[in-house]
Amino acid sequence: MTPAGPACFHCSEPIPAGIVIRARIDGRDEPVCCHGCRAVAEFIAGAGLGDYYRYRDAAAARADEMPRPDRWSAYDRPELVERLSAAEPGGARSMTVLLEGLRCSACGWLADKALRQQRGLLDVSVNPATARARLTWDPEVARLGDLLRVLEHVGLRPHPLAGDAAGQLAILERRTALKRLAVAGFGMMQVMMFAVPLYIGKSSGMDPGIRELLRLVSMLVSVPVALYAGWPFYEGAWQALRARGISMDVPVSIGIVLAFAASVWNALRGHGEVYFDSVTMFVFFLALGRYVEMIARHRSGSVADALARLAPVTARRIRAGLVEDVQAAELEPGDEILVRTGEVLAADGIVAEGTGRVDESMLTGESAAVAKEAGARVHAGTQNLGAPLRVRVSAVADRTVLAGIVALLERAQAERPRLARAADRAAAWFLGRILIGAAIVFAAWWFVDPSRAFSATLAVLVVTCPCALSLAMPAAIAAATSSLARRGVLVAHSDALETLAKADHVLWDKTGTLTRGLVRIEEIRPLAAVPEPACLELAAALERMSEHPIARAFIEPGASTTDATEVEVHAGLGVEGTVRGQRLRVGRPAFAGGLAPAQAAGHGFDGESWVCLGDSNGLVAAFRLTDQLRAEAVECVAELHRLGLESEIVSGDDEAAVARIAARSGIARFASRLEPDTKLARVKDLQATGAVVVAVGDGINDAPLLRGADVAIAMGRGSPLAQTSADLILVRDSLEEIPHAVAIARRTQRIVRQNLAWAIAYNLAALPLAAFGQVPPWLAAIGMSLSSVAVVLNAMRLSRDAGPGRGAGWTLRAPAEAA
Amino acid sequence: MSIVYLLIPLGLVLVGIGLWAFFWAVGSGQFDDLDSPGWSVLSDDEATKRDAGPGSRTSDTEERE
Repeated sequence: MTPAGPACFHCSEPIPAGIVIRARIDGRDEPVCCHGCRAVAEFIAGAGLGDYYRYRDAAAARADEMPRPDRWSAYDRPELVERLSAAEPGGARSMTVLLEGLRCSACGWLADKALRQQRGLLDVSVNPATARARLTWDPEVARLGDLLRVLEHVGLRPHPLAGDAAGQLAILERRTALKRLAVAGFGMMQVMMFAVPLYIGKSSGMDPGIRELLRLVSMLVSVPVALYAGWPFYEGAWQALRARGISMDVPVSIGIVLAFAASVWNALRGHGEVYFDSVTMFVFFLALGRYVEMIARHRSGSVADALARLAPVTARRIRAGLVEDVQAAELEPGDEILVRTGEVLAADGIVAEGTGRVDESMLTGESAAVAKEAGARVHAGTQNLGAPLRVRVSAVADRTVLAGIVALLERAQAERPRLARAADRAAAWFLGRILIGAAIVFAAWWFVDPSRAFSATLAVLVVTCPCALSLAMPAAIAAATSSLARRGVLVAHSDALETLAKADHVLWDKTGTLTRGLVRIEEIRPLAAVPEPACLELAAALERMSEHPIARAFIEPGASTTDATEVEVHAGLGVEGTVRGQRLRVGRPAFAGGLAPAQAAGHGFDGESWVCLGDSNGLVAAFRLTDQLRAEAVECVAELHRLGLESEIVSGDDEAAVARIAARSGIARFASRLEPDTKLARVKDLQATGAVVVAVGDGINDAPLLRGADVAIAMGRGSPLAQTSADLILVRDSLEEIPHAVAIARRTQRIVRQNLAWAIAYNLAALPLAAFGQVPPWLAAIGMSLSSVAVVLNAMRLSRDAGPGRGAGWTLRAPAEAA
Repeated sequence: MSIVYLLIPLGLVLVGIGLWAFFWAVGSGQFDDLDSPGWSVLSDDEATKRDAGPGSRTSDTEERE
């Protein structure tokens, strides 16, 4: 994938230099990037599911390095499972589970196979389109907890959904859209079939009875197309008009209604032109574009899914000294809940007892855990990494801070202000020109021959409107959207393509976007007579006991077999313990030197980027930690620069860290220590100077930035909430497709413009001639059809040469290639 | 040429039947997942695996939602 080194066999991320971990797969040793990936890959191969690696078309999610505390024990309790699941005939239970990390059909196959090896599982159906699996099991034989553990083992994190309204809605929407598309498609083909003899008949003569029949039958077929398949457009137009706005649906609806009404009128009175072929083709291409967009939207996940991924469905309630598992929805303010190490909070509350560290990255984007003591506020969706906490519940369900954010995003998504603005301009432009043109024609004919004014005006409207709008825009956008989807870029809002083509600034978030969001050891500085590997091993032995994100940096390279005893975890400071009879501390420099304060003083290491190891004689070693720049970031920034987009980093981190990443990625401008609202202000400043801004981010703290920008791009493995406010989602979690997306967007615009120019030129040339009787009908018919075909073929160029992307794990992997 | 008076309505009826069949297929979930059934032909050990467990009843009769 990248020149940096071999890619991980499981997750396809580049393996950092110096890490040699092999997974034993089908008798071969495959390189992997971490022990988590090794465990998952060996489990998959060990279960006889190694075919997954050959069939998948997207890389798997990176496995968590550290085994998480068992989160599924609550699902082993029959009473709780009974309340969460639905009853099936024969005493079986069923439940829908959202699978995080389900990226392609091979992942779905993997989940299916792995589950079917379990005893007691009666049925499973995995749907990659909605990322859901429906499990049916026999509670006498199997436990839900075990099934969920199996899913987690193969790298798909399950989230049980109690009552899956969003999923049902998505399926319903998809089915309805398919039906509408089918009606439009069938109708279009039929009407075309009738249109050909009508065109030919015009030049070579035709029995008036047959002509009449063909016109009436065309009308009959067009009625469901215009009324049923076209209904969403009328609805959208009506909503826009009621909100006193104009959306793309308005001119589209006017076009369909006018052309259809005029054709029906002419068909019934028996003379005049009919445009049923144009109408049905118009509706079909529009419906096709909407369908592709809808599929992308479903794949990117709904806000409800995001909430399900963040907050757990169960909690441990403490009542009368007893701990019981309950549904999160059953909690009430005033209840006390127990949150064990590694568990995610199900409700907002105040810490009543215990001192813990809570990972609030879901809400704040800050990767370091925050220390929480009695009296501190904690929020649903955050994870307790420290000691167990007793929390007095203050808000549950839809009153939590998390639910508030979700509601906000849902509203923002529904209103789609940015989008409406872009569509407004385009629609107003089109509508304005067409209406002015029609008015001029009407006025002109009024003076020449009032009896023909109406039909001539209608002809202008009908012929210009569908041709220019129906084919030029939707065909090109549908082709571009599907071509990008094949490269792993989901276009959630197709209007964004238009804006992306005009973009001239890119604002980058740093952590998790330009960098991989994983801390790595960059430099080891031995301070005593202990060699580097030994330092690393000692530090790793201690860090293994901690769940702090920084600990991961030590565990991977220093896969030590040494064990630490008498371990104490000091929240926010570090870990202390005995390794090989030696008392050691690892953590913040001041803390690490605490065993021998006199000798360790004056070391000069700041706590921001240095972690120290100390013993009773002073400091032993210092480790400099940094977040790794994504391998493809430099090339991506350079490529964007060539395309004329200026990059700038906006980050909440301190200046030194941002400057370092900026220098390495080749970005000249950066701003550090920004809060979410100051990030947004930066976007507004740029936009005030006329810039069209693209924002790339991954966390919730980027959500305002993403929403404020003209085009928002979210990382595929970032926060689900960031993805819901994005226009484009990079499914493969790699930046390399961004320049490509810009290039495709520009080519789309170019093709749309060519198509429009062609359609308008053709109409300008043909309309007056036809109006004055200079063009025989058969020539007009051929010209009209060829014009449409040319427009469609031109649009298809976008999807044809898209080809496979550059990313690894994209093409079907031949076994030899995977080796 | 009067045969077209019969053939065209006949064609319409056929289109109607096709559309009805398609609606039925969509409604019964045939189009909910277009990708993964393609992979199922590649696994040939399903029967033996499923017979292994004593708890595995006939799952094919279970109706999908």
